[in-house]
Amino acid sequence: MRPYNQRVTDQPAAPTRVERRRTRKRLNVVGVLGELLITGGVLVLLFLGWQLWFNDIVFGASQGQAAEELSEQWEGSTETPDKPAVQPSDSDPVVMDAPKENVAFANLIVPRLGVDYKRPIAEGVSTTVLNQSTLGTGHYPSTAMPGGVGNFALSAHRTAYGGSFHNINQLVIGDPIFVETEDGWYKYVFRGLEYVKPNGVGVILPVPQQPELQPTQRMITLTTCNPLLSSAERIIAYGLFDSWYPREGGAPAEISGVASAAGVR
Amino acid sequence: MYAALWHALPGPVWVRIIILLVLAAAMLTVLVLWVFPLIDSLTTPQDVIVEE
Repeated sequence: MRPYNQRVTDQPAAPTRVERRRTRKRLNVVGVLGELLITGGVLVLLFLGWQLWFNDIVFGASQGQAAEELSEQWEGSTETPDKPAVQPSDSDPVVMDAPKENVAFANLIVPRLGVDYKRPIAEGVSTTVLNQSTLGTGHYPSTAMPGGVGNFALSAHRTAYGGSFHNINQLVIGDPIFVETEDGWYKYVFRGLEYVKPNGVGVILPVPQQPELQPTQRMITLTTCNPLLSSAERIIAYGLFDSWYPREGGAPAEISGVASAAGVR
Repeated sequence: MYAALWHALPGPVWVRIIILLVLAAAMLTVLVLWVFPLIDSLTTPQDVIVEE
């Protein structure tokens, strides 16, 4: 046994302070790890910023642009007066045939959701439509077409991908919901909201939640996710058909600014 | 890591800053154009439709 304070000579001496500092500079594992973690955190924040803000704005703008181009196309194919319509048509609304899947066939115009709110509606509710920068709002196939007896049911994102239905919960009873097609403008009036589970398919029936009833009314139904940033539930907005404005007669006065924005520019 | 990058860059301070800014812009472009859309498509989609 050697005394407790005797050094063991065959082991390397402990590094001096200078040597320790030098090694720390060359290989600082904790430092690099820290920098990697900070970088990762910044990347996550960047991604969220991209998804919820930047991408939303870019998608929203390009969907609005696509809707505008559709309007221009229809104005080109049918003579559309510059002056707004004096009154809606007395006749029954023209109801178009169902278009091909993923093809835009109408525009949704809701003044409550924005002064120049106009988004294209395409056939189908797959991600091909809903996540598309030039579409975004989908029509449930086999539900009624605009102006048709039954339920014209739509779906769109609440956040991200343009978030077309972001402010759907701010609709007020009586708010107009316009659907523009090649034939003209269909005016629906907002009636109320409903909240259902994701499997609540009753809301898109011809008479919502009443599978045994035959439809007699013309309805519109908007579906999106609820609460914000979650898909635990669905928020549903119902509207009832009010009147229709054939294209030859001009756009409804309430939205003539939105409808002819393309022409003015 | 970043200190090593800073030391590895050539030239005076302002040249290094410009190089770093260009690198950051390139990174951001790659992220926004390819990486973020890819991550987005891989994560759980936000369901908005009603279905059985």
